[in-house]
Amino acid sequence: MIDVKHLSKSFGDNLVLDDISEHIYPGEKVVIIGPSGSGKSTFLRCLNLLETPTKGSITFQGQEITDPRCDIDKIRQQMGMVFQHFNLFPNMTIRRNITLAPVRTKLMSQGEADDTATALLKRVGLLEKADAYPAQLSGGQKQRIAIVRALAMKPKVMLFDEPTSALDPEMVGEVLEVMKELADEGMTMVVVTHEMGFAREVGTRVLFMDGGHILEQNEPHAFFANPREPRTIEFLSKVL
Amino acid sequence: MDLAQTYELWRQLMLDGEAQWWQTLFVRFYQAFLENDRWQQYLEGVGVTLLVTAMALAIGVALGVLVAVIRTAHDQQRPGRPRNPLLGLVNAVCQVYVTVIRGTPMMVQILIMGMVIFKSSRNFTVVGALTLGINSGAYVAEIIRGGLMSLDVGQSEAGRSLGLNYLDTMRFIVVPQAFKAILPSLGNEFIVLLKDTSMISIIGGQEMVYFARNIVNRTFDAMFPLLGAAVIYLILVLIFSWLQGKLERRLRQSDRR
Repeated sequence: MIDVKHLSKSFGDNLVLDDISEHIYPGEKVVIIGPSGSGKSTFLRCLNLLETPTKGSITFQGQEITDPRCDIDKIRQQMGMVFQHFNLFPNMTIRRNITLAPVRTKLMSQGEADDTATALLKRVGLLEKADAYPAQLSGGQKQRIAIVRALAMKPKVMLFDEPTSALDPEMVGEVLEVMKELADEGMTMVVVTHEMGFAREVGTRVLFMDGGHILEQNEPHAFFANPREPRTIEFLSKVL
Repeated sequence: MDLAQTYELWRQLMLDGEAQWWQTLFVRFYQAFLENDRWQQYLEGVGVTLLVTAMALAIGVALGVLVAVIRTAHDQQRPGRPRNPLLGLVNAVCQVYVTVIRGTPMMVQILIMGMVIFKSSRNFTVVGALTLGINSGAYVAEIIRGGLMSLDVGQSEAGRSLGLNYLDTMRFIVVPQAFKAILPSLGNEFIVLLKDTSMISIIGGQEMVYFARNIVNRTFDAMFPLLGAAVIYLILVLIFSWLQGKLERRLRQSDRR
């Protein structure tokens, strides 16, 4: 579904991603873990071109998105993204946060988008917040809305960039719950996270990144039970 | 006994050197505002002041938005991609404009526009409004640019990640939030502009100070005409500050918890 070939990214002289090749298959739930500064967020942000790769190519459903002639807006409509800091639009109500993109990209009429928003809000238990503003919500509620906002575009893949890192500990659960449900429905997901429990339970594959490389990857149970690389063992001994 | 008769009586006393201080004050006040219905000239002046402010504001905001968008677009080009040469050229022009306007006094700009560039024009008021607009544009551009840059990049990233194009992201997400952030500075700039219209009288722009000084020349008494003009400016500024406060409160609606 997403094919990454020889992807490199540097910021100035700082090489953040070093020749990464990887393939993400439909229905997979790929969890990316690693120490901070390892390039995992940059890798995720390259997948929908929020960061422009320095070298290499990325292909999404047969279309090379790193080609300058590619209409990136059309591609992004099919890739949902959830950010660490939610990035809800504070100047709009929750309902408008959700319906803005589907309506403006002509995916839906306002009526259809409103119905979609209602259905999605009901699903995450936040329907009564439809006419509230983001400032009135808790962190966990904001992140659930951010997920819903991305889902309203009916994406084929969802990218999560440390979705629970900015949350109070007691709000992490409610967000992970929504993500688990999404995984159970068969959504293709790429998740950068520090939640090892989530990686183990929901992931179908775990990637360990360090220093701009994918050092090790495996199916989660084997990954956590028998890490092979010394760096992975060291990392896991610190976080588990 | 009506005011005109009182005036005549007390003026005679004043000329004879027998008037009390408050009678003298009344005579001077009468000459500044009431004699020959002079208050109408102040009103006419206020009208022109407001008109010039509105014209200068329209020019200033149009220029300011244009320059701010060009400069922001130039600064936010994706690193690593070839830069757009046309954008570079236009950006350089914008930078020269902002530097020159901010680097020279308004008074000199007005004199140059009135006495050099448009020296054959008789329409001093319009030349003055144009000068003020061009001047204001440079400041408004910097205010708007600051507002656009102060917004968290996560906001435009979120917009773009949903598949919205650059213009829609600007229109629905970035600009409304930036506008709310810059409204106090913009209001400040508006008030400065309103007061700076007084300067166009030096090239013959017929606004309030122009009429006030005409009256000074008639009556040989500067106090009341100038105080009157000052009070009128103060009242105008108070009205606009109040309107600005109302608008800010309305825009803050989404901040309530």
